[in-house]
Parts: sequence; C-alpha cells; structure tokens
Amino acid sequence: MTLTADRTRKPAADHRGAGKRSRQGRETFVLMLPALVPVLIFSVGPLLYGIFLAFTDARSGRNAVTSFVGLSNFGDLMTDADFWASFRIGLIWAVSVTVLQFLASLGLALLLNEDLRFRSFTRVLVLVPWAMPPVVIGLMWRLVYHPNAGILNSVLTDVGLLDHNIDWLNDFSIALPAVIVVGIWTGMPQTTVVLLAGLQGVPKELYEAGHMDGASTFRRFWSITLPQLRPVIVTITSLDFVWNINQFGLVYVLTQGGPGGQTRLPMLFAYEEAFRYGFFGYAATLGVAFVIVVLAVLGLYIWRQMREAN
Amino acid sequence: MRRPLQYLALLGYVVFLAFPMVWLLSTALKTSREMASLVPTWIPRHPILSNFADAFGEQDLVGSALRSLAVAVACSVLTIVLALPASYAMARYRSLVSRFAVGWVLVSQVFPFILIIIPLFMVLRSLGLVNTLPGLTIVHVTFVLPFALWMLQGYVRAVPRELEEAAAVDGAGRIRSLVKIVAPLLAPGVVATALFAFISSWNEFLFALVVLKDPDVATLPLTLVKFTGAEGVVRLGPLAAASLLATIPSLVFFAIIQRRLRSGLMAGAVKG
Repeated sequence: MTLTADRTRKPAADHRGAGKRSRQGRETFVLMLPALVPVLIFSVGPLLYGIFLAFTDARSGRNAVTSFVGLSNFGDLMTDADFWASFRIGLIWAVSVTVLQFLASLGLALLLNEDLRFRSFTRVLVLVPWAMPPVVIGLMWRLVYHPNAGILNSVLTDVGLLDHNIDWLNDFSIALPAVIVVGIWTGMPQTTVVLLAGLQGVPKELYEAGHMDGASTFRRFWSITLPQLRPVIVTITSLDFVWNINQFGLVYVLTQGGPGGQTRLPMLFAYEEAFRYGFFGYAATLGVAFVIVVLAVLGLYIWRQMREAN
Repeated sequence: MRRPLQYLALLGYVVFLAFPMVWLLSTALKTSREMASLVPTWIPRHPILSNFADAFGEQDLVGSALRSLAVAVACSVLTIVLALPASYAMARYRSLVSRFAVGWVLVSQVFPFILIIIPLFMVLRSLGLVNTLPGLTIVHVTFVLPFALWMLQGYVRAVPRELEEAAAVDGAGRIRSLVKIVAPLLAPGVVATALFAFISSWNEFLFALVVLKDPDVATLPLTLVKFTGAEGVVRLGPLAAASLLATIPSLVFFAIIQRRLRSGLMAGAVKG
C-alpha cells in the first residue's frame, strides 16, 4: 500500500456532501454512547447534583428529609473557624508543595538534560514514585518518620543535628512541613518528566546563538530556557496546584489530619463533615466554595502569565 | 568545576528519591527484635524473608489483594470496551460529542472529589451497590474513562487515515479494514491504556474508602491502612513487606507502559 495512491483519491472523498456528514454524525453518536452513558450517570450527573446539594441541608441518613436552604450553608462556612483553619493549612500546603516541587523538578530536569553519567538510571528512578500506590507512599514515609524505629531520627542524630528523637508526624509545628516533604517527593515524577520534555523541545540554535554572543550559563538559562519553557511551566504548575489542593489519600494515611488538625487539608475536613458527621449538604458547600477559589486562583495566575508573555 | 557540582547535585536527588524506598526494603527484611532495638540500621543484621510470609497471614491480606485484582481487571476490560469505539469517533470525526469529551477531561481535573463522591455515594446506595465490588468497579471505570479516552484517541490518531482509505481502495469492507489494519496497529496503545486503567484502580484509595465500609470487602489499599492502625513496632516488618508486594503489579505494568510508549511500531507500519 502506497501513500501516493490514496493522496490522489482524497479530493473525491471531500465532495460527498451533506448526506455523508449526517451519517457520520449518527455513527459518532452510536460510537460515543457506551462511554458517554457511564460518564453522564456516574460523573456529570452526580457533579450537578452535588452542586445542588450545596444549597440544601442534606444529611447522610437514608430517609433523611432534605430541604432547600439557599445560601445559609455558605454563611455557616464563612463563620466556621475550623473551616478557615483548614483552608489556611490547605493553601500553605498547596502553594509550598507546588512551588518547591517545581523548583526541585526544574533542577533535576536540567541535570537530566545534561550529558551526565547515571542519567538513565536517575531517569528511571524518578519515575518509581509515580507508579507506587499513594497508600504505600504514605506507609513508607511513616516508617521513615517513625519516632523510634525510623531512619530519619537515627541519621540526624548520627550527624549531630539532633540530640533527641522527634515524633515528626505528631509534633504540632513539624507535622505540616514533614507532610509537605512527602508531597514534594510524590509529585516530582510528573513535574520532572514534563519539564524535561519541555527542555528537549527548546531549539538548539538558540543556545548556539547565545554562546556566540558570549552569554553566561546563567544568562542563557534566564533569557533562553525560561522564556521558551514558560507555556510548559504554566501548565504543569497549574495542574500541580489543582492536584495538591485536592489532595486527600496521602495525608489521610500519613496523619489523618492530626495532630490537632495541623495537617487537616480542606478535603480531609470535607470528608469528615460528610462521612463522619453526615453533613452532606455542608460538605458539598465546601466543595463548591473550593471550585470557586481554585478557578479564581488559576484564572489570575494564567492571566498574569499570559499578559507577561505578550 | 561545573561537572563535579552537577554530579553532587545529582547524587543529592538520587539520595532524596531513593532513601525512603531503601528504608522500606530494609524494614521488610528485619526481624521484629531488630525493629524494637533503639538503634535503627540501614542494613539488617540478620536479613529474613519471613515478614513476607507473615504478611500473607495478616488481616486477610491475600483476600483483599484478590478483590483488588478482580476490580482492577474488570476496570481495565470495561474501560477498553467502553472507550475504544468512542476514541475512534473522537479521533476520526469532529463533532460536538467529541468536544464535550475533551472538555470533560479538563473540567474533571478541577472539581474536588467531595462534590462528586457524596452524590455518587447516594446513587450507589439507591442501586444497592454500596459495599460491593461491582459498585467500586463502576466508580473506577467512570474516573479512568476520561483519561483513557484521551490516551486512546491519541493512538487512533497515530494510525494514518490513509491506511484505512488504501484498504478501502483495495476492496476491503469497513469492518475488515478495522480488524485487519487498524486493530493490530492499535494493539500496543490498547494494552498501554488497559494497564493504565489497571494501575489506577489497583492504587486507588479514596473511592474505596467511601464505597467499601465493610471490612469483608476491603481492597488492598484499605487493608494496608488498617494494618497500620494499631501500630506496634513488631508489626512494622510485615507491614513493609506487604507494602512492597502491593507495589509490584503497579511497578511492573508501569515499566511495560514506558517501553510501549517508546516503541517505534508506527514508523515501521507507515514505511512498509
């Protein structure tokens, strides 16, 4: 089969007119249907119903009577100190994980883009956290952070940085930073892989030109690499932010939100409201509020980045 | 001067990435007596494998692994069956429905799970599917579908339309050209997507936590977490061993996908 043969046929195919197009439409619909039905019933539908629930006092009981309460859930949310505490922790978590993860991954991607030994080994190693079940990642880090049997206390004591064992995940001021480190570790694969692909897409000629003009390494990074990488950076940091602010499983396994709510991310808070206390409506309100916050943050961020790029 | 610094940085990254995994392995090989000693060591003094055997005896771990396996296999098969026709339509014809599907892939990323999981829980409850594996399978399929569609339609796009048209010129019917020409070229992509669905389902924790309240139907991640609940130092060895075992399927399949993605099958097909 040669490609030239059907090139000549192509114009004919375009002239078949409207009858073919409507047949195509029907065909598309039939082919899409099996995938569309479950997504509509179990994903789009529930989502819309979830938004509706935010304006009701729905409870978890099977026969609980639900009534429409308008915006009163939102009022309760605005005055709920526990929510604001959780919201603050969520922002600290999402911003610091996203930023630190980005910086760490950019550094690693730059290294992996150089002609170093052990490069392919590291490229494989960096992918492993991606494949691990989040639950296992959580359990693994609990072993690392274990106050008595954990390796972290042991190593830090050996090098003289610690003189007593720290209970990393149960200490009021240390638990959140400790959990953030795990967040960075977990998300590094995706970010590194995407940034590395972006780096490999930067035209070599630009660097050669930079070299000719005598630009320093830093200068070339600042004036060539970063601007070229900008669309990739905006995309991956936006996605990371959304994933991080909606994080649940990892922190649930690590600390269950403790100690004393110091790591209770907004989604853990919402989960408890819904499935421990049974306040379905209120938890849905929190979800809706979160969509608004996330979209606002993302919109602002992407708008600013695009304006600077122009 | 630059090179040594670069290697030092690379070493730093390798240490950061690898040390928790090395520690997990080390813990899995230690005796309970060694775990209880106050001086943790990297290399077990008397490495043992009995933790792995103990893990099998713990807390119905084998049962929950089998349930996870059943859900993950059902999820990947169903995902392919549902997504394959749709992805073909998305790649070949431009239509409102395909645009909706692409939009949904993006939108579903932004919405917090809590908005979906509460009503979804209510839907499953009214269908009598709470605390059942089919219930969890449905949820997993629904959440893998958008991304699976996205992946698959990329693979379909990579099969040149010209090949199908050439088959038509040669007198092959529609079905015949799909089966003989498109299917073989698409097979690696289908396998990759199926494995992706498997990994997603096998690793999934949150939906399982909400849908499966009854410990008798718990999947592997749920059982592993419960394992930690009453955490005596003595049980850390079997816990680490079980965690390692639970990671193996995901890791192996992930490695296969990596290779598939790089395979130059398409280039050969078009040239031939």
